Amino acid sequence: MKVFVPGDSTALSVGANEVADALVKAGAEVIRTGSRGMFWLEPLVEVETDGGRVGYANVEPSDAKDLLNGKLAKKSIGVVDEYDWIRKQQRVTFARVGIIDPVSVDDYEAHGGLIGLRKALSLPSEQIVEEVTESGLRGRGGAGFPAGIKWKTVLGASADQKYICCNADEGDSGTFADRMLMEGDPLTLVEGMIIAGIAVGATKGLIYCRSEYPHAIAVLNKAIKNAYAAGVLGKSVCGSHFAFDLEVRSGAGSYVCGEETAMLESLEGKRGMIRPKPPIPALSGLYGKPTVINNVMTLAAVPMIMANGAKAYQEIGVERSRGTQVFQLAGNIAKGGIVETGFGITLGELVDGFGGGTNSGRPIKTVQIGGPLGAYLDKTSWDLPMAYESLAAAGGMLGHGGVVVFDDTVNMAAQARFAMEFCAEESCGKCTPCRIGSTRGVEVIDKIVAGENQAENLELLEDLCEVMTDGSLCAMGGLTPLPVRSALKLYPADFGIRS
Amino acid sequence: MTQFVVDDLTSELEQFRGDNFAVLRALQKTQEVLGFVPDSAIDVVAKVCNVSRAEVYGVFTFYSDFKSTPPAKCIVKVCVAEACQANGSRELIDDLHKKGFDVHKGTKQGDIQMEQTFCLGNCALGPAALVNGKPVARATAKSLIAKANEEAR
Repeated sequence: MKVFVPGDSTALSVGANEVADALVKAGAEVIRTGSRGMFWLEPLVEVETDGGRVGYANVEPSDAKDLLNGKLAKKSIGVVDEYDWIRKQQRVTFARVGIIDPVSVDDYEAHGGLIGLRKALSLPSEQIVEEVTESGLRGRGGAGFPAGIKWKTVLGASADQKYICCNADEGDSGTFADRMLMEGDPLTLVEGMIIAGIAVGATKGLIYCRSEYPHAIAVLNKAIKNAYAAGVLGKSVCGSHFAFDLEVRSGAGSYVCGEETAMLESLEGKRGMIRPKPPIPALSGLYGKPTVINNVMTLAAVPMIMANGAKAYQEIGVERSRGTQVFQLAGNIAKGGIVETGFGITLGELVDGFGGGTNSGRPIKTVQIGGPLGAYLDKTSWDLPMAYESLAAAGGMLGHGGVVVFDDTVNMAAQARFAMEFCAEESCGKCTPCRIGSTRGVEVIDKIVAGENQAENLELLEDLCEVMTDGSLCAMGGLTPLPVRSALKLYPADFGIRS
Repeated sequence: MTQFVVDDLTSELEQFRGDNFAVLRALQKTQEVLGFVPDSAIDVVAKVCNVSRAEVYGVFTFYSDFKSTPPAKCIVKVCVAEACQANGSRELIDDLHKKGFDVHKGTKQGDIQMEQTFCLGNCALGPAALVNGKPVARATAKSLIAKANEEAR
């Protein structure tokens, strides 16, 4: 009997390896996949049937025999593709995650892989760039810069060598989409990077993955090795005259290296210090050469865009937020995981609809969107459509699409203090507002909470936030005021401020 | 470091010879081989990559992954970032402190070392931890110490 068991880190954290071992012992043919992104059901084991793959939730090693003998109906969730939580989504980038063997090129191709790449190989560079531009794809790392325009700049630059760098330094708390794709369908990323290479004339790619993701790095390396063996990577990509080499580089525990210029410094073996812009990396990037830097989700969207056409992607979404966004439901949430859907879904639909409220069962007090540098929002924002424009208008940012839920036990002054503390810990130190401002920020928040010259210190904090926002070289110092100010605005009582 | 270890390390780092863009990778390789980066290894990396000792030291001190002393048999990385805070990591950190582990300082006790980390990408089943690279969900002080003891055995 063919049984699918996730090898995703989250599934491993709740015992998926032990379950897989027990199933093998009981005589099953076990195939390791990624995760479907329904974490509250993990380990979610799937059994192949004529009607589709039937899922069994929260399987324990002791369930192995019953599962194989068809006696585990109490844990069945039915056919997984028809499960409401999955059915209501629009999985484009994540179409294969949780379904295929992540490192098998054959399995990848059998599920629609490499169609986009083959199409790209038949097109002139300009037309690939045009396709990506028309799709409306914007950078999924946080800044939301149109991918096609970045590619066009690199295509237009002349150099003896150009690079494709994938930013897989997914450091934002509450985000895990990059990790899940790298563990569950890494060949989509590989294919996207090769297409980017063909589009701009680059023959070398690097994936900068954070060291906190040892499993993702291991899976990526295996997938790349297999892609070389299958002739997808190397001197002749899929038998064409085009060459592309790809390697994985590991970070070393620095959050700021997720900023693109710090990442370049780190890839060059140096301290991860921010580079002032200009020059932009598209013209002077890795080793001073023209470089495309895109997030995992951006590059992974490219194969589908090439395969199905720009129009199909462009038709999804709202305003200038086109295509799908992979939202990550995290923190204190009953049904955490991956929700991939078109831009424009409301915050309430995500948190209450998909997420099912808090895991603790207590009322929601706040959600933080977009990682440690994102704003805190409360229930008055429940109708907010999740898109770049609407979130910016509400004083927040979408970032990498992480949504972290907190119940009513959270103290928002402590969260604001942590934002400053985190900035002080992870600042690269290049610019003063970030390096010094964050430390002063912790002190001022402490004074406000202690009730020391509150009015003056509040003014000082506001001043400090303004200097950090306007004067920092990158988003690290520039956006740290976002969680601080929003926490202060929405929850003054937590800071001991009497209204 | 004895001459024997220096020679050994130098041969492991041969792939980076003369490559001044390889300082970070050479340090990572050093830690992979020795378990930490002793002060004398800084000189070896500098020599191999053909850069100054100061440059290597600068890279070494920038990244939190690098250790200057031998690691414990079992390293536990505990997530202290927001999504895990929402799931009670602040309480977990207090509990570990009561057991003698200050995760912010990376306290070592016998065969176990507990360190802080900012996000492991397991953000809906927190508090999250890695015990010698093995992911753990819904961590408690008790579960982490038990798993660490198992690993250290």
